[in-house]
Amino acid sequence: MPKDHGIGASQKRREDVRFLTGRGRYTDDINLPGQAYVAFVRSQVAHGILKGVDTSAAEASPGVLRVFTGKDFEGVGGLPCGWQVTDRFGQPMQEPAHPVLAQGKVRHVGEIIAAVVAETYEQARDAAEKVVPDIEELPAVVDMRAALADDAPKVHDDLKNNLCYDWGFVEENREAVDEAIRNAPHVTTLELVNNRLVPNAMEPRVAIGDYNPGTDESTLYTTSQNPHVIRLLMGAFVLGIPEHKLRVVAPDVGGGFGSKIFHYAEEAFCTFAARQLKRPVKWTAQRWESFMSDAHGRDHVTKIELALDKEGNFLAVRTETLANLGAYLSTFAPSVPTWLHGTLMAGNYKTPLIYVNVKAVFTNTVPVDAYRGAGRPEATYQLERVIDKAARELGMDPIEIRRKNFITEFPYQTPVALVYDTGNYHCTMDKLIEIADLDGFEARRKASEEKGLLRGLGVNCYIEACGIAPSNLVGQLGARAGLYESATVRVNATGGVVVMTGAHSHGQGHETTFPQVIAEMIGIDESMVEIVHGDTANTPMGMGTYGSRSIAVGGAAMVRAAEKVIAKATKIAAHLMEAAPEDIELKGGEFIVKGTDKRIAWGDVCLAAYVPHNYPLEELEPGLEETAFYDPANFTFPAGAYACEVEVDPETGKVTIDRFAAADDFGNVINPMIVDGQVHGGLGQGIGQALLEGCVYDENGQLLTGSYMDYAMPRASNLPFFTVDHSCKTPCTHNPLGVKGCGEAGAIGSPPAVVNAVIDALHRAGHTHVTHIDMPLTPARVWQAIHG
Amino acid sequence: MAQVSMTVNGKPVTGEVEGRTLLVDFLRNGLGLTGTHVGCDTSQCGACVVHVDGRAVKSCTMLALEAEGAEVKTIEGMANPDGSLSVIQQAFQDHHGLQCGFCTPGMVMSAAALLAENPKPTEAEIRHYLDGNLCRCTGYHNIVKAILAASGQDVSIAAE
Repeated sequence: MPKDHGIGASQKRREDVRFLTGRGRYTDDINLPGQAYVAFVRSQVAHGILKGVDTSAAEASPGVLRVFTGKDFEGVGGLPCGWQVTDRFGQPMQEPAHPVLAQGKVRHVGEIIAAVVAETYEQARDAAEKVVPDIEELPAVVDMRAALADDAPKVHDDLKNNLCYDWGFVEENREAVDEAIRNAPHVTTLELVNNRLVPNAMEPRVAIGDYNPGTDESTLYTTSQNPHVIRLLMGAFVLGIPEHKLRVVAPDVGGGFGSKIFHYAEEAFCTFAARQLKRPVKWTAQRWESFMSDAHGRDHVTKIELALDKEGNFLAVRTETLANLGAYLSTFAPSVPTWLHGTLMAGNYKTPLIYVNVKAVFTNTVPVDAYRGAGRPEATYQLERVIDKAARELGMDPIEIRRKNFITEFPYQTPVALVYDTGNYHCTMDKLIEIADLDGFEARRKASEEKGLLRGLGVNCYIEACGIAPSNLVGQLGARAGLYESATVRVNATGGVVVMTGAHSHGQGHETTFPQVIAEMIGIDESMVEIVHGDTANTPMGMGTYGSRSIAVGGAAMVRAAEKVIAKATKIAAHLMEAAPEDIELKGGEFIVKGTDKRIAWGDVCLAAYVPHNYPLEELEPGLEETAFYDPANFTFPAGAYACEVEVDPETGKVTIDRFAAADDFGNVINPMIVDGQVHGGLGQGIGQALLEGCVYDENGQLLTGSYMDYAMPRASNLPFFTVDHSCKTPCTHNPLGVKGCGEAGAIGSPPAVVNAVIDALHRAGHTHVTHIDMPLTPARVWQAIHG
Repeated sequence: MAQVSMTVNGKPVTGEVEGRTLLVDFLRNGLGLTGTHVGCDTSQCGACVVHVDGRAVKSCTMLALEAEGAEVKTIEGMANPDGSLSVIQQAFQDHHGLQCGFCTPGMVMSAAALLAENPKPTEAEIRHYLDGNLCRCTGYHNIVKAILAASGQDVSIAAE
């Protein structure tokens, strides 16, 4: 029987009721009395000298309160970067200034040149059209190789060149890897592009700055995955507002996928302008602004070499990547192509020697940062593609070559720094073969053939590292932030529980899953537990939600705080029942003296804590509220095996996903229904990357895919029903729930499965000259490959 | 400014709008009905779908003045009279057909219009009908499943 309550129950989401009835409260739904509106004037050229901005006509426009330009921000800090990478020569990365509003130069289409604040939104927009920037256009650098040429135009004049860093990992292994590849019986080489993506959370970004001159307090309402991080970065580094005078609220947030982690110029602007004008200032992005101001994702160009012996054992991996960072360093951008990418190059395999080189490049494009998976999809894609190619070259089965190289003993020290605590890759592969019905493939292939379609099967594995930690280690790697999470568990006098968490839900369902954990621990109904998140004023310091960390790190902090609460409540119960605390157990919402019929209800103990008449006041404070900070000992390592079946129409090159199966090991699972949903969503985005999505700039740095007319988002008719399973469970060994995180797996594991399937379809049809097609696999690209 | 009158969720309303004011802006800002969302500026995403005289309409694609005299229904008007979730809303909750909730109002309104036209749609018909509604969270799996369930059909085809 499936459980109805507690850990492991597929409880329906309580937050759905407000979303389904139009009662969600997203940032744009908030309107403050006296609110003014801002419209930004954004650069239409990719690179140029900003000689001046004529704001006179805009200032004279009806309803305009003030027009701001870069000059107004000269005494204000720039947007900070939260991660400093050290290059392979021991030098810090080149780190350019990142002004809130452009100063002296514009460096990408969409950069903010001026901001018009007016009484109404329409007046602000009308006046913004009257702002005239004087820009002397310069040649733009868009292509990464061109950007690294000696005579390339420089994105930042005060830097040596357009190279942010040249990173080697593990640098000491470089020569050994070179030698292993030189001497290997077989080397498979693959050059590929990990296409640039636009995250496209359905809710565009919004910011509302508010200021109370009476108390000197500022409030920012913003579409953020991590309000405390925004408070720290904006308060300390940009505007100089101490945290006790700055509140950041991220209410219901309509999806993030990484793009709402970062501290953006618009947030700082609205907070700053509200202080200047002493009125609330609101900005709501139009979608065209999202395309040219939300941090983009991926955009790697890679060459990977895999050395093998004749039996298919992996001997070494060498990979060289150019990573596009765009025009400025977004908040966590430097970490993505390095520590979130290079450390994953072992994959699920016992490759003894690995060397990763990454050159990160500035270009005249929108900044690039973490997007669902962040570095791990880039690692997985190249590794799982090159393994497929190697299997083909050696005449081996793609599943067998993977099985042969699986890591099977844990803990496992990879040659790229990580220690995998646990896993069982044969289990997920076995499960995949079952749920994907791989035995039935040949019959399906024949049926497709009869319709004139080419059916192919792509299989791959993935591993990811979630819940990035511990803080002291990531500090050594260049992080300028801690990566713990915190929680306060407050028990009310009548027994209800409020959990204040630093994690933030923007679709993940924390308001449902977190109470399931508390309900399990105490033995009360979930309806007695409420979750508070997204407001720095009433939650303890938190690092927010990204990197699939909420339950593994935030959930663990909540468990630690709840354990403290239970320990104290047990002492109170012991006093009330005149027993020793160690003789008492909490079960089914009651404290029971073991081996007796003496018991007292949870609610009675809570009441005693707040009405301490019969209470050990000399030993215990009244009240029942505890806070815990949890800093994980290690990453968690979800892993799995995915299978995709495609049909390719050889007449048109069109690829249709017919079947997709995912077998994941997420360790313990709190709410299976929600975990399924997380995988589905990740698959949607990963398949989108593989088949449809691609952010395109022309050679002048003009964004050609700046709307949903041009950027192909996956639609319902592009995707099949998925078959997902997470019954292989190897619980994480170092967090209290044994959980690993599930948010990014689908987006990490699915792109190689799709591409492997298409290549397989073409090979089965005799098009053996096609060894690779770059994503997105549009009909034109596939048709050209067939006829190439 | 011009005056516009219409019936929204069964209630007559009147407001002052500019000629360029979109129906969605009138609903959100004029009437405070913020359940209808704006996710794009090219009429692609469908977060703003409402019913106008019984038909699903992207309310970002229609001027408020064009709705003069019309019967408009928004997500706020979808629940049963006693406040409980309608069959479609309940199916979305039962089958986890929403995550962040931002596209959800438009999805529910489109689903209701589909089932009004075609009470037993196939999976392919559902997917085709939803081509004007973007969701970035769910991969559409549970949305399609919820609509199948709301139409009283077997959902075992969508295993998990």
